[in-house]
Amino acid sequence: MIAFIAQRLVQSILVMLVVALVAFSLFRFVGDPISAMVGQDTPQSEREALRHSLGLDAPVPVQFAHFVERAVQGQFGLSYQLARPVSDVILEKMPATLELSLAAAVLSLAIGVPMGVYTGLRRDSWLSRLFLAVSLVGVSLPTFLIGILMILVFSVWLGWLPSFGRGSVVQLGWWSTGFLTLEGWRALIMPATTLALYQLTLIMRLVRAEMLEVLRTDYIKFARARGLSSRAVNFGHALKNTLVPVITITGLQLGQLIAFSLITETVFQWPGMGLMFIQAVTFADIPVMAAYLVLVGLFFVVINLVVDLLYHVVDPRLRTEGTRSAHG
Amino acid sequence: MAERAAMGRLRRFADSDLAYSFLHSPIAIVSAVVALAIIFGAVFAPLVAPYNPFDLATVSLLDASNPPAWIEGGDQAHLLGTDGQGRDVLSAILFGSRVSLLVGALSVVFAMVLGIGAGLLAGWRGGLIDAFIMRSADVQLSFPAILVALLVDGIARSLLPHELQDRIAVWVLVVAIGLSGWVQFARTVRGSTLVERNKEYIQAARIIGVHPARIVLTHLLPNVMTPVLVIATIYLANAIITEATLSFLGVGVPPTEPSLGTLIRVGNNFLFSGEWWITLFPSITLGLLILSVNLLGDWVRDALNPRLR
Repeated sequence: MIAFIAQRLVQSILVMLVVALVAFSLFRFVGDPISAMVGQDTPQSEREALRHSLGLDAPVPVQFAHFVERAVQGQFGLSYQLARPVSDVILEKMPATLELSLAAAVLSLAIGVPMGVYTGLRRDSWLSRLFLAVSLVGVSLPTFLIGILMILVFSVWLGWLPSFGRGSVVQLGWWSTGFLTLEGWRALIMPATTLALYQLTLIMRLVRAEMLEVLRTDYIKFARARGLSSRAVNFGHALKNTLVPVITITGLQLGQLIAFSLITETVFQWPGMGLMFIQAVTFADIPVMAAYLVLVGLFFVVINLVVDLLYHVVDPRLRTEGTRSAHG
Repeated sequence: MAERAAMGRLRRFADSDLAYSFLHSPIAIVSAVVALAIIFGAVFAPLVAPYNPFDLATVSLLDASNPPAWIEGGDQAHLLGTDGQGRDVLSAILFGSRVSLLVGALSVVFAMVLGIGAGLLAGWRGGLIDAFIMRSADVQLSFPAILVALLVDGIARSLLPHELQDRIAVWVLVVAIGLSGWVQFARTVRGSTLVERNKEYIQAARIIGVHPARIVLTHLLPNVMTPVLVIATIYLANAIITEATLSFLGVGVPPTEPSLGTLIRVGNNFLFSGEWWITLFPSITLGLLILSVNLLGDWVRDALNPRLR
């Protein structure tokens, strides 16, 4: 187990170094950071002095080491577009994205799992067929399309919900939350639904497939033969055993949520990190792009790591086998 | 002779399992009809479209923001209405699907070539090259494709001079989407290569001294292609979605040569002034296109996979 954790940690650090290298190359080779900082009429000698004082004339590996050192401390320099420290901008935007992703994750689990169980148990009922057909459409339509159609129906035609922003937020220290006001909740409904829809259909299909698989096994037949109530069999025995893959996929999908929040945030003008990143891409704001990249990379690596470890905690069979297959 | 051979081939196709499965799957037929209709409209857009939306001579601001023909105030000349600059929405959709399909198809080809190349190399050479390629694939796979595409697109944008950007936007997109999608192809090809390389026909070719490059390209490649084609069909829908998403986010093709995603992005600005048709009709077209291609892809996968029968 310890060997496995150590191996995974080393792997994660390697991945993070690769991500940092990409981010660093952005800084170093895309445009000249010096000309991005100084005015056009700065003399060459002053530029060289600045270059030296920033360590930009050092050998590239040394510069990379410096970059990693500062990145670990959360320093990514100034945003070209906003002329503010990137870390401040990100800290300011992070709560919006995390609240949106959290709401979407809860929504997709709270609706996806029951729908999956239902379609797994009553696979031939018309409601199951309807769920499956709708889920196919949900998987097929791009996120932004669903968002726009929702805005068209619920904001433009019906006028029920606000179409952009977070409503009113309450400041708790550096964290701004929309959970404490009615306006905040109303503003959250459409973005969270849009973001959750894809994950919801995925979870539903996964739970359904796993239920169908488990219901065929001998221990379920045996549990029925023992005369247990169908509720105990379906939920106590069957559902419990479908949860291992569901945990894995949901964990991994949490990362997907953060990535897809890019699109949702743009559609609903939700002031989070995704919207910030899109604006950075259109303005070629390298420091913000690099910081977002490293942050999202970190998110993914941590999530992958935690899911891997959880998997081993939840499923004892993997503990001996897993260390071997992890090499493959 | 050639005619008879063609007839024979047609007859053989009509008798094949594939045709049988197609003719007995209403979903496959309907999606094929929808997909073909959109593809036909896109390919022959200059002939089919009532107007040329890029010909400034026919576009008049006086016609701007007309509703669809069946709504009061609609103009019979513009079936689906006009956009904010007086362009015919139907024509814009036809030309837009052209760009969407072109970028989608080219990205699939690019991802396929890249993936097949990497997969063959990894599977055939093994060792360090294999480890390197497959580890890179693993790392990339842990990030969502849309992020990878956005990143490549962003880097290309910062590297290229401004005036060039609009003109080669299509190629930048193809590279970005292709780079985000090669992994699946590479994994599949590597897997089949590992199986095929130890078979007798490959060993025979080696023994009689065929050049390794020739073995790989003419003997091995044809035998690993079937799963690749299935993945390509399914990936086409993904590529179209990615293109539309990037264009919608404003980092795809420019409004001067709009794809469906760009049209939706532009139309989105008119949503609140009540001009819903500018964005709704391109959205419906995009949705139908993706859904039908997806369903066709599913059908191809099931039809070619004997285990699922």
